[in-house]
Amino acid sequence: MTTATGKIRVLVAKPGLDGHDVGAKLVCRALSEAGMEVIYTGLRQSPAAIARAAAQEDVDVVGLSILSGAHLPLCRMVKERLKAEGLADVLWLVGGNIPARDHAALKELGVSGIFPTGSPFDALVAFVRAHVARELQPS
Amino acid sequence: MSQNKTLPSVVWESGLVVKPVYTAADRPAAPPEEPGAYPYTRGIHPTMYRERPWTMRQYAGFGTAAETRERFRYLIDHGQTGLNVAFDLPTQCGLDSDDPMAEGEVGRVGMAVDTLADMEEAFLGIPLDEISVSLTINGSAVAIMAMFFALARKRGYPLAALRGTAQNDILKEFVGRGTWIFPVEPSVKLVVDTMEFCARHVPRYSPVSVCGYHIRESGATPAQEVAYGLAIASAYVERALARGLPVDDFASGISFNFDVHGNLWEQVVKLRAGRRKWAKIMRERFGAQNPRSLQLRMIAGGGGGGLTIEQPENNIVRGAYYALASALAGTQTMALCCYDEAYTIPSEHSARLALRTMQILMHEVGACDTVDPLGGSYFIESATDAMEQLIDRILADVAADGGIVQAIAEGRIQAQVNLQAYELEKKLRAGETPKVGVNCFVEQEAERPVELHPYREEEAGKQVARLAQQRRERDAAAVKRTLGVLREAATRGDNVMPAVMDAVEAYATVGEICGELRAVFGAYQEPIRF
Repeated sequence: MTTATGKIRVLVAKPGLDGHDVGAKLVCRALSEAGMEVIYTGLRQSPAAIARAAAQEDVDVVGLSILSGAHLPLCRMVKERLKAEGLADVLWLVGGNIPARDHAALKELGVSGIFPTGSPFDALVAFVRAHVARELQPS
Repeated sequence: MSQNKTLPSVVWESGLVVKPVYTAADRPAAPPEEPGAYPYTRGIHPTMYRERPWTMRQYAGFGTAAETRERFRYLIDHGQTGLNVAFDLPTQCGLDSDDPMAEGEVGRVGMAVDTLADMEEAFLGIPLDEISVSLTINGSAVAIMAMFFALARKRGYPLAALRGTAQNDILKEFVGRGTWIFPVEPSVKLVVDTMEFCARHVPRYSPVSVCGYHIRESGATPAQEVAYGLAIASAYVERALARGLPVDDFASGISFNFDVHGNLWEQVVKLRAGRRKWAKIMRERFGAQNPRSLQLRMIAGGGGGGLTIEQPENNIVRGAYYALASALAGTQTMALCCYDEAYTIPSEHSARLALRTMQILMHEVGACDTVDPLGGSYFIESATDAMEQLIDRILADVAADGGIVQAIAEGRIQAQVNLQAYELEKKLRAGETPKVGVNCFVEQEAERPVELHPYREEEAGKQVARLAQQRRERDAAAVKRTLGVLREAATRGDNVMPAVMDAVEAYATVGEICGELRAVFGAYQEPIRF
């Protein structure tokens, strides 16, 4: 979970073949400026590689950036892999070109927050802080 | 005039400061320039659109080859004069439709192509000598270009007369867009292979369209877009020269793709200045003599980065201004992003609107009346000069830092433009850079009137089945033999194009061809920076 430094750890990943990474990199920088530890996978990651990286890096948050329209099939595959890595409960976010009609299906898969293109950084940072803090509360 | 002191300053994205008024004193020693004459600032033809109106070439393609052909027919039937083919991501990344990494991506953002049979299907009945075809393909360009050439030859079009364009600018893929496959140096070698092959066998074909476009979309300023584009094109020229090709044998095969969004005047002057600078580079540095080697031919328009999710119909209006800027700058070909493109693959309706936007400009409001209508304007000419100087400075910086190929291989250009993209985004969010519907004149939008392109899983399934059938029906021995020859050619460092031609004619797949090359060249390892 959050490291000894108390920083929230976030994995930002580009699943599938989509090469549009401007948004993912903007988000990486914004989260980093907000004081979080950000690990960026780079392009063209398989769902298995993303889940493995999330486990190895012991992150609090997994954020996927998808602009190709393939978010539903990719998220279905990522969900399985996260589960296999024992990360079914990680805070899972999706950003990019995600039309409203697909939000419910993504939520059903276990995506906690959806941040379509144009979402303000502040809202993303606040969402992450609020949700990670809640998960860290002792029950 | 005394009021001018209190006016707020106007500074373009590139950093040029704009005065409230320009006079003859701003360009005292300007040499007279004529269109169709060196250095081509005013346009590459003496009569430009009076004789040769721009080609209208909307980007299109999705699903299977058969589905894509329907959209091609639709656009041609509505007056489009060229085709600009979109391929799906597996095809662009050199993977077959049945590759595990292709799952969910087959036919999604473009047409799926596995073998020559798909290309034959896509262009069935389309006259390749009347409709000029542009292939938007980069990482796997050797395979797709070879398929196009093989298809043309089978249909009876001699390669010596075949026209068309491929995007095939791999260096910009490392900066933005991301459909690279092999490491930087072998990737550049493959581009030069296509240039050499075309110079020898397909001399009227344009094998490389250097894209400032995607570098701009990744966060470059207009001046950087043009400067980096010219630097990339120069890198391809240097490598072709190093093979002993005479410059005038291949230089006319290089064209350019520029992005038009942002400040209207800045876009016009960047393209005028870029045209002048390219002519100077080709003549002074590379010793080109043939006028066609000196002329910067371009596709301009697009403007995806200027379009917004918010109030999507505003994008129709933006598209019209981008088209106007492109015409005022003297582009040879125009394509516009459609108003729904921030959401989805454009609908027939929005693709037709983009086409109509260009047709209204061309046929109704007089954009083709005279050559370079802004030429001679104190403002435009003075700003063109200033832009050229800025481009010169950026080019000098790149050269001093080890050249563009090294800068891209080390991820330095990427880091710089991504930082700029972040700064721009912050300015947009803070309202410092006005964007209508985003940070000013904002509306509460209940439902946005955009129809989403349906992704049909069954079409992807059909493509996978079609590929399985092709694998069964083709001559397996011929595939094995030609792929073996290809691997040997790549290992020896020979030009791979003849071997790729033989492989595609044996119906080897894009994935098999790129697989052989990957086995020899390795795969690109992206420098992870943000």
